Amino acid sequence: MTTDIPMDKSTDTAKVSTAEATPIIPLPQAAARGITVAGSALALIGTFLAWTWTREFPGNLTVTGYPGGLQVLTLVGSALTLLFALSGYGIKGLGWLTPGGKNSPVLLAALGVFGTTGYAIGAISQELGGLVNLEPGAWVSGIGALVALIGALGLPVDQPYGAGEPTPNLWGRIRHSLTAPDPGRAKELPSWAEILIIAGGFGVGLYVFAYGIGTEYSELFIGFLIVAAFGFTAITRAGLLKRLSALTAKHRNVTLGAAFAAAICFPFTQTNDQFALIGANILIFATVALGLNVVVGLAGLLDLGYVAFLGVGAYAAALVSGSPASTIGVEFPFWAAVLTGAAASLIFGVVIGAPTLRLRGDYLAIVTLGFGEIFRITMNNLNGNSGPDVTNGSNGIPQIPDLEIFGFNLGVPHDVLGHELTRSANYYLLMLVFTAIVVMVFRRSAESRIGRAWVAIREDETAATAMGINGFRLKLLAFALGASLAGLAGTVQSHVSYSVTPEQYQFAGSVPPNSAFLLAAVILGGMGTISGPLIGAALLYLIPAKLQFMAEYQLLLFGIALMLLMRFRPEGLVADRRKQLEFHETGQLDVPEDKPLPEGATGVAKAGA
Amino acid sequence: MTTTTTAPTSTTVLDATGVTMRFGGLTAVRDVDLKVNTGEIVGLIGPNGAGKTTFFNCLTGLYVPTEGKVAYKGTVLPPKPHLVTQAGIARTFQNIRLFANMTVLENVLVGRHTRTKEGLWSALLRLPGFKRAEEASRARAMELLEFTGLAAKADHLARNLPYGEQRKLEIARALASEPGLLLLDEPTAGMNPQETRAAEELIFAIRDKGIAVLVIEHDIRFIMNLCDRVAVLVQGEKIVEGPAEVVQADERVIAAYLGEPFEGAPGKEEAAEVEAAEAEADAQSTTEGDEK
Repeated sequence: MTTDIPMDKSTDTAKVSTAEATPIIPLPQAAARGITVAGSALALIGTFLAWTWTREFPGNLTVTGYPGGLQVLTLVGSALTLLFALSGYGIKGLGWLTPGGKNSPVLLAALGVFGTTGYAIGAISQELGGLVNLEPGAWVSGIGALVALIGALGLPVDQPYGAGEPTPNLWGRIRHSLTAPDPGRAKELPSWAEILIIAGGFGVGLYVFAYGIGTEYSELFIGFLIVAAFGFTAITRAGLLKRLSALTAKHRNVTLGAAFAAAICFPFTQTNDQFALIGANILIFATVALGLNVVVGLAGLLDLGYVAFLGVGAYAAALVSGSPASTIGVEFPFWAAVLTGAAASLIFGVVIGAPTLRLRGDYLAIVTLGFGEIFRITMNNLNGNSGPDVTNGSNGIPQIPDLEIFGFNLGVPHDVLGHELTRSANYYLLMLVFTAIVVMVFRRSAESRIGRAWVAIREDETAATAMGINGFRLKLLAFALGASLAGLAGTVQSHVSYSVTPEQYQFAGSVPPNSAFLLAAVILGGMGTISGPLIGAALLYLIPAKLQFMAEYQLLLFGIALMLLMRFRPEGLVADRRKQLEFHETGQLDVPEDKPLPEGATGVAKAGA
Repeated sequence: MTTTTTAPTSTTVLDATGVTMRFGGLTAVRDVDLKVNTGEIVGLIGPNGAGKTTFFNCLTGLYVPTEGKVAYKGTVLPPKPHLVTQAGIARTFQNIRLFANMTVLENVLVGRHTRTKEGLWSALLRLPGFKRAEEASRARAMELLEFTGLAAKADHLARNLPYGEQRKLEIARALASEPGLLLLDEPTAGMNPQETRAAEELIFAIRDKGIAVLVIEHDIRFIMNLCDRVAVLVQGEKIVEGPAEVVQADERVIAAYLGEPFEGAPGKEEAAEVEAAEAEADAQSTTEGDEK
């Protein structure tokens, strides 16, 4: 029943002697480290040479002395490997790189380099027809990557096996070698330095994200995914992420500010309107996902028809936008349109919620699924034929005019700080304001009496009502709040996409803002957190948008990815502290040790006084 | 223990009259009357399946009683759990029902729900009263954790507490709603004697705060130590009510717990005779066995 057992375990494994830390490939430690360093240096040098002779392969890998395209990824990866490996030598000034694991980050980074270089070599030979098309540079990098990987496999594992534990088979040993102990407590830095580190962290994050959006061909994006996934894991294993999250937990407002600032900077990194549009759509998707997180993550109400609220907001805004196709034909100023959209969604949410929220669990899920479809079909039928003409049926409401806020027309490019902000970039920045509002609403409501009541209902509704919580009313409140947040996003979405049609608001489809993808973004990212749905939505939007060649298999791959995630990381990418404890018995995290209480009838002595 | 059932100075906190609960053809609770006065600890005992927990659920609004009514301090309670809690009756559950993935402090803060008013707008706009109310809630919750001896574990998740402390936390959470009457459903189930004694002292301390306590329990010794008055439920009916010693000596109670003696059942003397005879026979048979 108690958690003493996992706690003891974690401390024990840290204390066991390192005698049994046998690597996967038995090499002397010094040799292994030397080989790794040499290999990654070789891979790094190779990126400065030509990899192929023709420009037919995208990215121009023919230049000597200037890495481009996939070469850059190998370059970054091998530089990371080199740094981690050198940090293992105890070189002064590099120790901060590996406060947690020393060798598993090296192995992970080496795997990333090997993966992306191998992929590049494979892609070149496949697209151009044979290995002949490779220039020596590719061989140098490829062999370097392989050597570095072999060397990294020869490094001792970070977490020795517990005494008496049987040595697992090869697969088990490889998996084990990728684990690392948690970093110890960080040295206190002056707070300006800590804030600087946070800002730097977000700067790097923004750069990586912008690079991913800006990848111009799918080969580069796949290479990027390989390097990013392994690099990110390596940094996590090195304990840098733990350090950073400890800092962000300490300076929460600074972190929010830095994240917001990084997000504002994004359009200034993009010159292509298409990529800025991806950014704007990701923000819409992420904002709606965060709204859904109020309903699913906090109150625990499984809503399978959530996209309908986005649709209600979008339709309401479209009808009052002054579009010539609008059947109402009024033109509201933007602020009024936003309020209309949010209010329409709110009313729709209450109308749907009032009868359905008396149901629990699966029944609620099925009913909301039904209502989501009812919305779409109703919008189809309000076409003047099978019903009154309100929405033009399946034609939807096209030609929604661009917004003009304070004389600032969002439809045309503007020069700001010497950078041309395109139409999509304008909408991206407008949407960012709404995202910020939703983040604030989520955070403030979660940390209040209302938010605690939602979580209590999620945990045990009977006990919650016995504690004086009006379950139905609070569930309705969560539902209505979630609905109006989606409605807010919908008002902007209708302008970004020029038109609203019923087919945009399905349960499942290939374009992300639909109910299934929204729920997936919340679950993939991490329920009940702020950053989780944002990250989940970004990944779920970006990957299909970038890898269009696999559009046919998209749902299949998506399903496989979700299954793997539920198997290996059920709490989602960003774990709520609660969820992490729920799924992995890791003992208490970040919780102060018990103060010893006086023996005997604890507390009652005080009670009597 | 000299206080009788109707002390003239105390006022009635809980007044249940004619409470009947039927599930289809089954009558789980039949026409039960029960009064609890201020400053009193009342025990509710009975064999398994006697309808004790059902009666509790009727009192707290989880069930709507088929007949009868429940009044708290003179006003009839509506059959909605959250309104009952708001009126001033708090409860714990037989099988612990904490919010397992919330911290200890948060659990108690949820208990404060009815005694605070801050709504969604106040939380979103961080209106002036918000911070004050939140801090007051926290202070009160910490006070209750001190009272139950859980203050050191305020930041732990409820699911990670040992069993006995989970029971205490349930009590702290119930107390957070500032009840006038606390209903405890088997508060010492699964506890060792030491923990039981600690629970006993905790309940006395709660009584001393002016909160009336109604407690369901199987542990007769615990009940006899604790309660001013005991009511016995058997097969949904209250068969006897009175001071602990009286109830303990009541034949119907003994019969309910140990079984009804059948027609012409042997009395004490016969039983002694039989025992003696058996002992003799035993001794003989063993000696016989030896001879063979």
